[in-house]
Amino acid sequence: MEKDIATNQTILVIGGGIAGISAALEAAECGRQVILAERNALLGGRTLQLYRYFPKMCHPTCGLEINLRRIKANRNLRVLTMTEVVGVSGRRGSYRVKMKIHPRHVNEKCTACGDCASAVSSEIPNRLDYGLGKTRAAYLPHAMAYPMRYVIDPSIVGTEEGKRARQACRVGAVDLEMKEETIEIEAGSVIWATGWKPYDASKIQPYGYGRFPNVITSVEFERLADPGGPSGGRLLRPSDGKEAKNVAFIQCAGSRDENHLRHCSRICCMASLKQTRYVSEASDAKSTVYYIDIRAIDRFEDFYRKVQEDPSVSFVKSKVASISLDEASGDLFLNGVDTEGYHRYANRHDLVVLAIGMEPESLGMALPEDVVTDSSGFIEGGFGAGAASSPLDVNRSVQSATSAALFAISDIHRISATEEAS
Amino acid sequence: MSESFERYRSNFLREVEEKVEEGEWVKMCMQCGVCAGSCPFGPHWEHSPQKIFMMIRAGKREEVLSSDSMWMCTSCYNCIVRCPRKLPITHIMHGLANYSHRLGMAPKGQPTRQFAKLFWDNLVKKGRVNELKLTMKHYFRNGFSAGIREAMAMKEIGQGMMKAGRINPMEFFGGHAVKDLSGFHAMLAKAREIEDRKKGFSD
Ligand SMILES: Cc1cc2nc3c(=O)[nH]c(=O)nc-3n(C[C@H](O)[C@H](O)[C@H](O)COP(=O)(O)OP(=O)(O)OC[C@H]3O[C@@H](n4cnc5c(N)ncnc54)[C@H](O)[C@@H]3O)c2cc1C
Ligand code: SF4
Ligand code: SF4
Ligand code: SF4
Ligand code: SF4
Repeated sequence: MEKDIATNQTILVIGGGIAGISAALEAAECGRQVILAERNALLGGRTLQLYRYFPKMCHPTCGLEINLRRIKANRNLRVLTMTEVVGVSGRRGSYRVKMKIHPRHVNEKCTACGDCASAVSSEIPNRLDYGLGKTRAAYLPHAMAYPMRYVIDPSIVGTEEGKRARQACRVGAVDLEMKEETIEIEAGSVIWATGWKPYDASKIQPYGYGRFPNVITSVEFERLADPGGPSGGRLLRPSDGKEAKNVAFIQCAGSRDENHLRHCSRICCMASLKQTRYVSEASDAKSTVYYIDIRAIDRFEDFYRKVQEDPSVSFVKSKVASISLDEASGDLFLNGVDTEGYHRYANRHDLVVLAIGMEPESLGMALPEDVVTDSSGFIEGGFGAGAASSPLDVNRSVQSATSAALFAISDIHRISATEEAS
Repeated sequence: MSESFERYRSNFLREVEEKVEEGEWVKMCMQCGVCAGSCPFGPHWEHSPQKIFMMIRAGKREEVLSSDSMWMCTSCYNCIVRCPRKLPITHIMHGLANYSHRLGMAPKGQPTRQFAKLFWDNLVKKGRVNELKLTMKHYFRNGFSAGIREAMAMKEIGQGMMKAGRINPMEFFGGHAVKDLSGFHAMLAKAREIEDRKKGFSD
């Protein structure tokens, strides 16, 4: 017997990454009322922080463009940016959702002319670049941002800089009085598209991330390779800005490890294989991939084979035991034993990229009782979309988003049918 | 050699799982190489834990049990804290050492093993370690003149330890025992009985 009674038929999608956008569009295009809440100032999630993506090596913005057009064309979908979901209570059919709206200090009148940015000089770490580069405190979060609207950083509100930004705006879009707000809404079904975050690399003590400047993570490497990133697309190492010529990729950094993440993060083998292409395309540099085993998920085995044929890429079957620093040059020695022959090595590299594991962004968030997670915290049972449900690539994230949308639609139908029957 | 023993010979991994302390973990090793690369011995021994575990799975009974690697492990625990599969590597190494010793396959003349034996025999006698006798035995293990030479070389340290009360010269004449020495011996006998049953030693 079904006891639930749907008091609400709105579907809430939490997270505006590729999975959240897809799930929201699928449900909205089926005629349901959908709210899409994204805590950042723009839609797109972490794919926007990739330079290009496998398997076709296309730019993340091209996939996004079609979706943005679909969003603009749909009247059932309401997009809320800078809106962070901080708590969900209740159960299927009637959830109460608490959201925090962070002040953008720019209203909908903004034409993205950029005058406010020219008027200020203070800089903040660029979040898009994982803090590797800097941006003005009045900024457009991405060249392709949706919504196409500037953001004034709270750090200049109440300062002369803030005033300058307001004076520069000819359409009166800068609003320095905006305050953080907390609102509560109701929803009949919730799709979790909260995505993933990179595992904290500094916890992998023997690799020296945070202590050795030329040990970076794979997500940071994406930003280095991106012409729109902090180094203009050149693979410059952090310690001295020299071009990297001998790059090491360490697989399973934090994944498949009982001391860190238990699961295989599934995309990082493909991500590193892809990143060796960035290296070989950029210069005459070499790549070396240190791995336990290469898991090129299903039909991507071809991609792996092509990389194997590239003479600038070599493979060492070994999980690196530790990294030591050569103080004088900033180079790094990778220490370990390879499994094919048990040879001991201490190999020198000028840049080390940790293929960092993915963990669910929803960790630590209070979930309603009927949301079940696996032992790593990924959301099970159909209402998780994309990387919130499992470490998935973009393609599979979109597939799982469609499935989650179907679950949500059938769920509010089923429950409201019961309501009518009673 | 008994029939059941022969059966296990053909399957060394199973033998290790059943008879070696923590041996059931060996199959969990994914051969990543972190333990081998983390061990302070580096290249100075023949068989790293990674290698030993693979050799067990490959059925290399003779080579594993007569290896001196297990005897060299210093219990620094570097491998244990880093193993991504959380194998109790140090304990397996000691378990293997003990098992090969019981089988009489451990390498003869291996210094750590020799000292371990001295230590054990010394401890069992009175239920306490007689530091003086242990030291003497250790120094004179290679004959009289070598012992004198070694003792002279360590003279200052020895005198210091006496001054600090760490070594008592009177211990040379017997030394003191634990309160219930026969109880202690009974306990060890029982432990041995249990271990023998577990490891299939009937003698
Ligand atoms: C180094 C690296 C390289 C990669 N390369 C590729 C590749 O080449 N090809 C490929 O297919 N895949 C690649 N991936 C995987 C790809 O990044 C993911 O498949 C993709 O990001 C998943 O999208 P998502 O929408 O599920 O999650 P996300 O992109 O993480 O989006 C989740 C969104 O939810 C928002 N959010 C989270 N919590 C809240 C909350 N409480 N309230 C409101 N909003 C919230 C976040 O701000 C974010 O915008 C790579 C991954 C890594 C680590
Ligand atoms: S806030 Fe005003 S000045 Fe700044 S980009 Fe928008 S319209 Fe231009
Ligand atoms: S995908 Fe590859 S690098 Fe990532 S956790 Fe799995 S095996 Fe390791
Ligand atoms: S670290 Fe653990 S899993 Fe890796 S080779 Fe050693 S025992 Fe095996
Ligand atoms: S505990 Fe033993 S095997 Fe492990 S790293 Fe230390 S010495 Fe090597």
